[in-house]
Formats: sequence, C-alpha cells, structure tokens
Amino acid sequence: MSAPLLSLEDLSVQFHGNRKASALNQVNLELGAGEVLALLGESGSGKSVTLRTLLRLHPASRTKIQGSIRVEGQDVLAMKGRDLELYRGGTVSMVFQEPGLAFDPVYTIGQQITESILAHGEKDVGKAKAQALEMLEKVQIPQAKRRFDAYPHELSGGMRQRAMIALALACKPRLLLADEPTTALDATVQIQILLLLRELQRETGMSVIFVTHDIGAAVEVADRVAVMYAGRIVEEGPVSRIVNNPCHPYTVGLLASTVGPEHRGKPLQAIPGAPPDLANLPGGCSFAPRCSRASAQCSSQVPPLVSGSGGRLACWNPVSQLENQ
Amino acid sequence: MIAYILKRLLYAVPIALSVTVISFVLVFLAPGDPLNAIAPADAPEEVITALKSAYGLDKPVPVQYGLWLWRALQGDLGTSIASGRAVAGEVMSAVGNTFLLAGLAAGVGVTLGCILGALAGYRSGGWIDRFASTLSVIGVSIPHYWLGLVLTIVFSIWLGWFPAMGAGPGGSEAWEWNWEHFRYLILPALTMAVIPLGIITRTVRALVADMLEQEFVVALRARGLSGRAVFQHIAKNTAPTVLAVAGLQIGYLMGGSILVETVFAWPGTGFLLNTAIFQRDIPLLQGTLLVLCLIFVVLNLLVDILQPLIDPRMGR
Repeated sequence: MSAPLLSLEDLSVQFHGNRKASALNQVNLELGAGEVLALLGESGSGKSVTLRTLLRLHPASRTKIQGSIRVEGQDVLAMKGRDLELYRGGTVSMVFQEPGLAFDPVYTIGQQITESILAHGEKDVGKAKAQALEMLEKVQIPQAKRRFDAYPHELSGGMRQRAMIALALACKPRLLLADEPTTALDATVQIQILLLLRELQRETGMSVIFVTHDIGAAVEVADRVAVMYAGRIVEEGPVSRIVNNPCHPYTVGLLASTVGPEHRGKPLQAIPGAPPDLANLPGGCSFAPRCSRASAQCSSQVPPLVSGSGGRLACWNPVSQLENQ
Repeated sequence: MIAYILKRLLYAVPIALSVTVISFVLVFLAPGDPLNAIAPADAPEEVITALKSAYGLDKPVPVQYGLWLWRALQGDLGTSIASGRAVAGEVMSAVGNTFLLAGLAAGVGVTLGCILGALAGYRSGGWIDRFASTLSVIGVSIPHYWLGLVLTIVFSIWLGWFPAMGAGPGGSEAWEWNWEHFRYLILPALTMAVIPLGIITRTVRALVADMLEQEFVVALRARGLSGRAVFQHIAKNTAPTVLAVAGLQIGYLMGGSILVETVFAWPGTGFLLNTAIFQRDIPLLQGTLLVLCLIFVVLNLLVDILQPLIDPRMGR
C-alpha cells in the first residue's frame, strides 16, 4: 500500500464531563484510497466516537484527544478555521445514523445540499443548485425535482437516508464515514441503501468507513473489518478471514450471536455480561471479565495488537492463531 | 397554506365573539352603579330614570349587549359617561399611545432578550449565562410599578434627565416624532421592557442550549458550515417559539400595563382602564376591554399565521 489516505496513530479520546470516560484507547488504524472498512462492535465500543473524532465533532471543552489523525498527509487535529470547514464535508464527510434527526427540519433538502456545496467553494448559486439536484438523481430518488423542494419530514426514512447520502457526497469527499446508516431503516430499505453505498463507492473510488453492529451488512460492503471493544481495536483483517477464521473470542462471540437461517430452532448465542464501564476500565484485556478463555495474564496485562498475515489481533489466548508473516 | 390561514381566521371569529360577551358582561359583575358617578347622590327619581333610559341602562342585559354589539360592529362604542366624549375616539388615541410605549418596550426587551439568551445558550454554564439567568429572574419577579418608581426617583428626581410623567411637554397628549416627546417615552418604556426581557432571555437561552445538543446541529458542523451559518440555522429553528412567546408578551404589554402607565401617567389604555374603573364609566370600560382583547386575538392570529411560514411542520 502506498501512503494511506487515513492514518490514526495512538488515538485516544477522553470525555470529562461529570465523570471521565475513556472512549478510545490508543487506536492505530490505516485506510487506503478506495478501501472500505467496517468498524464492528457493540454499542459503546467506540465506533461512533472514532468517526466523530475524525471530523472533530466532539465539543472541545469536554474532550481530550491524544495521538494523531492524518488524512491525505494533513494533520487533522491541528486544523483551524476555514481549513477545518473545508475538510469537514469536503475531504471527509459523514452519513448519520438517523436521517430524521440529522437534517435541519426547517430547510428543504435542496436548500441544505446547495448550502453545503456553496460552503465548499462553489460561488455560483445556480450551479450549486443544479449540482445538488444531480446528486439527488444520483442516489436514485424518484422525482428528484419535487423532492428537492421537500422538507425532511415530508420524506420517508429511506428517502431521507438517500438524501443524506446525496448531501454527504455532494462535495466529492475522499473518505465517507457512514455511522450505522441503515440501523434506523426497515429491513428491505436497509439492503437498498447498502447496495447504493457500495455502488457509489465503486463509481467514485472514495474510501468508506462503515460503522455497524450488523455483520451481514459488513460482509456485504466491506473489504476489511476492524472489531472494536471498549475503545480498542481487538481484531482486524480482510472480511473473508474474519468471517471464516475469527481469532479473538469476542469476534467469535459476535459472529455466533448473529441470526441466520441455519440457526432456526437453536437457542441464540449471546455473549454473557455487558461491556465495561468506560470510566473504569479493567486493568488487563477489557474483554477478560466476559471471556471464557481468560487467564491470569488477561486480567493483568493489556494484550498488544500484533500484526500477522491475516491482519491484526490483540489477544493472549486466541481461539485460533493469526498466521505469522 | 392558504387553507391553514383561512382556518385560523375562521377560528378567530368565535373567539372574538366570546371576547365581546366577556367584555360586556364582566362589567356588570363588578359592584357599583355607573349612575352614582354622574348623578348627585340626592338626585330625584325622575332624573335617575331619565339618565338610565338615555344610556340604555333600563333595558335587560342581553338586549343591551345586542344593541352594543350592533353599534360596536359599526365602530360606535357609545359615549363615555364621565367625559361625554365618544368612547371609540378615546380608546383609539389611548391605543396609539400604548402602541408606542409597548412597541418600544417590546422592541428593546425582545431584542436584548434574544441577544442575551443566545449568548447564554452558547456559553451555558459560563459567566454570561449566570448573568443572563440572574437578570431574567429579576425581570420576571420584580414588581414593575416599584421599578418605575425607582427609575423615576433616580433619573427624573436625582439626575433630572427624563421627565417623570406624562406623554409630552405641557401635558400634551398628542404624540409627535421629536426628542421633546421621545424623552417622555424612555422611562416607562424601559420599565416595561424588563417584562419581556426576562421571559425572552429565559426562553431563548433554553431553546439555544437545547438546540446545540441536537443531532442536526452536529450534522451541520460535519458539513463544514461556518459558525455563522450554523447560527442562522439555529435562529430559524428557534424563531417560531420566540415569536409565540413575544406575541403573548406584546399582548400583555398592550393591555397589562395598567400599573406602569399609572405610575408614569402615560395616557394609554392601561391608564384609561384605570380611570374608567374608578369612575365606573361602563361604556368606556367595555370599549377599552373590547379593543384590548381584540388586539390580543389579532396578535395571536398573526403569530399563528407566521409560525408555519418559518417551520412548515406547523402548518397542518
């Protein structure tokens, strides 16, 4: 891989409001141009925090960020003012989980897309409008002209998410962050949106980080999967390897807890326990208290994320070994 | 949208009618006989009867109401018992004066309230937030006639900057657009501005602080919009609620300023109501009440019509 589009180095995020919480703990991650990465994990594992930190959306007064974020060689954490505005939505943009909440309710869809295009350097209002309309057509919104003047509440959930994607792609970002883009939608619409995202990704060649807790969705769109737990990446590798040969007990548990036709009539496998309190992380491996393979070492030492030919793994007692390089 | 406006207009009709009934009947519930105010205590029976029939007070109340409403619809609110002048004219000149006062007070109060509230909402928890909260608590809880008296003592008696009472030099009641007249407006307007200031500050602060936590504001930032552009979005989202609160406040100021107008002897509707009550001037009281209530109804109608123009979710 040549110079990666995105690289996170030892990225840690701490929130200090009423109580401290370590939402991300020394995350290292690289993403190449045109690559699609799925971030997989339970609620509170740090997936969404990673995305929001990439766009620096957390309130600065309550957030402490350490480490570095580089996108196209630029230091994101050092960006200020206009540079940051151009970066947000220009270089990197985001599709939110709830399209119903992420649009401003008192502006039309068209106004909002146009505004975003104008904020990223387009001077001509007419051109910006035409471009916005073109985007709505590109995400296959029927009767795009009419939908252009519709308010968010006048569209269905699926249409709103399409419009959200149109908005996110309007300024031709190099990297798209999709934060559980299908969670709030009906099952049939979910698949349509996933297919649309994959199609647009292939067409534009952008990179995508796709946050989900739905392994099926991850398999559908991603090249690579990174599994997160308690603000750390615990396992990472190509989709096929993760699905066929998961090494981390947590990944194994996640895969076992998905529902498929072959599970009919059998009891659903759940991972016992709940994710740890981010304000009070256990000393060793965060997953140790819930892990059936945990040893004394697991609860005293944090396992390092070790690279192998099948990706990366942070586990003292893996279910199966990651092949060495 | 047009259907919505028509519906709102239609709703206003029964409201306005009930307002006329209440304005008319309320007065009869109060103790005291209007004739006492004009006829001497020892007036002979025939004089009283003649006066009663002259003012129509000998007819049953529903008939009186019908006649009054019929004339009111034609713009005739009767004659003031105390002054003998047409009520409509008296009320209209008072409404004009109050409109000036309430307009300036609301302008100052709402503008300052929006600015302070927005600053406090953006900096919630900071010193400006604490300052704004304190100010709004004071604004809401302070007795306004007392504030009026204090301002009079400080600015008219001690400093001599502004006149203490009246609406113009030499007791003139006719407003003119010059500094000589404007000086008279300042103290009562400042006193009255404190009322909407407190409430609007609190409302805007709560709205803005809440709005900043909303997902869509995060999403606006994620699109790379500048702080100013994000603020425009927030402003447009808060506008309908602010408008509704401001509309109510202006309505109260138009009619509810009896104490302030009395303290400053400002010849407005509050002052007129006060006079009418003390003189038991029933036609004047009814006419003033009616006009004030109608202004209130119209203000709310305006707010109802304006709101969905800003937020289309409301127009249904």
